[in-house]
Amino acid sequence: MDDFLILDGISKSFGKHKVLDNISLTVKKGEIFSFLGPSGCGKTTLLRICAGFEEPDSGRVILNGVDITKLSPNKRQVNTVFQNYALFPNLSVFENIAFGLRVSGIKESQLNDEVGKFLELIQLTSHAHKKPDKLSGGQKQRVAIARALINKPNVLLLDEPLAALDLKLRQRMLVDLDNIHDEVGITFLYVTHDQSEAMSLSDNIAVINEGKVEQVGTPAQIYEAPRTSFVAAFIGDTNFFEGDVIEVDEPYSKLRVDGFTEVLAYNDKKIKKGDKVHISIRPEKFTLSIEKPDLSEKYNSIKGKVEEIIYLGYHTKYWVRVNEFLVETKRLHDRYMLDEKMITWGDEIWLSWHADYCYRLWQSLKAKLKKRRTSYK
Amino acid sequence: MHNSKPRKNEFLLTLPSMGWLMIFFVIPTLLVIAMAFRNSDPYGGIGDQWTFNTIRDLRNPNYPSIIWRTLWLSVVSTIICIVTAIPASYFISRISKKFQDIILLLIIVPFWINFLIRIFAWKVFLHPEGLFKQILVTLHIAGPDTLLLYRPEAVLVVIVYSYLPFALLPIYAAAEKFDFHLMEAAYDLGANRFQAFLRVYIPGIKMGLLTAIIVVFIPALGSYVIPDIVGGPSSEMIGNKIAQRTFIDRNLPHASALSALLTFAVILPAAIALTRKFFKEKNSRSIGI
Repeated sequence: MDDFLILDGISKSFGKHKVLDNISLTVKKGEIFSFLGPSGCGKTTLLRICAGFEEPDSGRVILNGVDITKLSPNKRQVNTVFQNYALFPNLSVFENIAFGLRVSGIKESQLNDEVGKFLELIQLTSHAHKKPDKLSGGQKQRVAIARALINKPNVLLLDEPLAALDLKLRQRMLVDLDNIHDEVGITFLYVTHDQSEAMSLSDNIAVINEGKVEQVGTPAQIYEAPRTSFVAAFIGDTNFFEGDVIEVDEPYSKLRVDGFTEVLAYNDKKIKKGDKVHISIRPEKFTLSIEKPDLSEKYNSIKGKVEEIIYLGYHTKYWVRVNEFLVETKRLHDRYMLDEKMITWGDEIWLSWHADYCYRLWQSLKAKLKKRRTSYK
Repeated sequence: MHNSKPRKNEFLLTLPSMGWLMIFFVIPTLLVIAMAFRNSDPYGGIGDQWTFNTIRDLRNPNYPSIIWRTLWLSVVSTIICIVTAIPASYFISRISKKFQDIILLLIIVPFWINFLIRIFAWKVFLHPEGLFKQILVTLHIAGPDTLLLYRPEAVLVVIVYSYLPFALLPIYAAAEKFDFHLMEAAYDLGANRFQAFLRVYIPGIKMGLLTAIIVVFIPALGSYVIPDIVGGPSSEMIGNKIAQRTFIDRNLPHASALSALLTFAVILPAAIALTRKFFKEKNSRSIGI
């Protein structure tokens, strides 16, 4: 499919503070594309630039082949679902949804049909005459979505739409949002700081940090193959190690990691002997065992001591001390659990993992890595 | 209420203020209305007979034009105050907090000068020998014989000057609480600035507007000092007539009748609006929407 929405080299500063630094992204027609990042990373400003509420200092916004950078919000084929819903408190649900059509001045009969259709889509037909303050959070959210969709935008912008809802409702709204997206087939641009929302909803995610794009990819790419330490740490939990390359044997290389024995890691980039590299290993990639496992040579095994255990219902987290490192590991409970000897505090156990699970990071923030070595997360 | 006891206590709490209003507002008003049905005695007191003559005397041929003038001056000055205050409040609530405070202070500062002195200042300002008049004559906007003072327009200007802050403050208070994200939402949905202003901003500050209308219109209706000082005999309002009947003619029942007329002029529209609202709410509740 063609590139539908193109953000080309967008920069924006507020005073001396550079909020967005040369951001370029392309969004395909009909997909759900997420801007994911911590609060203050600039993702909302980027969305506001797409909506037309802010003008970038430099760069262009191109929608469907047309440069809309300087177009005012009311002339853009783009509609927004605001974080705090921003429903008009003096208007009923019906009139809120009808607002866009009213200002465009369409015929009353046509307006009634259209609004009725969208009330049905969000299943609030029986609430049409209520004022917004009589609705629950989830219902307000649905009204905000219908109000934005009725103008048939090319792109629907969603600014942390679920942030104000509680966990259960958020999960249900995620499914609703996905269904609505399937129904209307409009391109969604979704801003969130919640990695699980972004992962479950998006076709593609741009991870943004401090005004820069850290990585763009599908949820699986972002999770499985994070390119930077920021992405690795922001999306899920992870362990960072720093090592020196002592032997290269494509596609694997041997690393010496301080305090570890030799570690075999997958080479996804050109690497030479003597390089210093940073690698990330997700907690769930470790296999925990009390006996030394008998594994192929592509596996790494290392002995450590269990220092902390947190039971979390469907899985348990273990922090295992390996010399100066505290390695975070995760283990799902399975049916064999009851027969097994339980791993408890102070047990000496083996950690093993396949070399493919060591991801080398393109860039890393050394200071942050050092801190994480000793802190629980 | 699930329990009658808290309700009773609440009622007890309102007793002092209710009592105050009763003694100093309701009873005097009723007395004034009652006095309108008494005759006057030749010594300036209140006669001892009930009569409709005092009410009949309101058919004074001078009154219709005075009542008409009072009405249009009040309505027009209220409209000017509101129309000026709406964009001003929008502007003030959009600037930084520091400048908001400065502007609010500037609005309030004139109140530290006595009301009468401010009105006399207008008299000096608009006086045939005054600075303003001289400037207008030099600029050939007004002729040397044009009279700025002692005409209804002068009364209008000074009423607007006096009551504009009372319109500005409640509208600003509403604008300050207004969620300007709603304006963005309106633009986003395709509204231009004017549509967003009319359909979102104005309804959003509705309560402030209502307050402003009440606090400007009602005092304007009862104006006495302003037309007395800057208006001439051709710019009299009901307030002047009430004062004249009280202080000069010493005809208290007649003054009471005029006052009662003014009171009903204020209360009737409010009563109509309230009952309509009451029935509207009752209806919408009974059909379940």
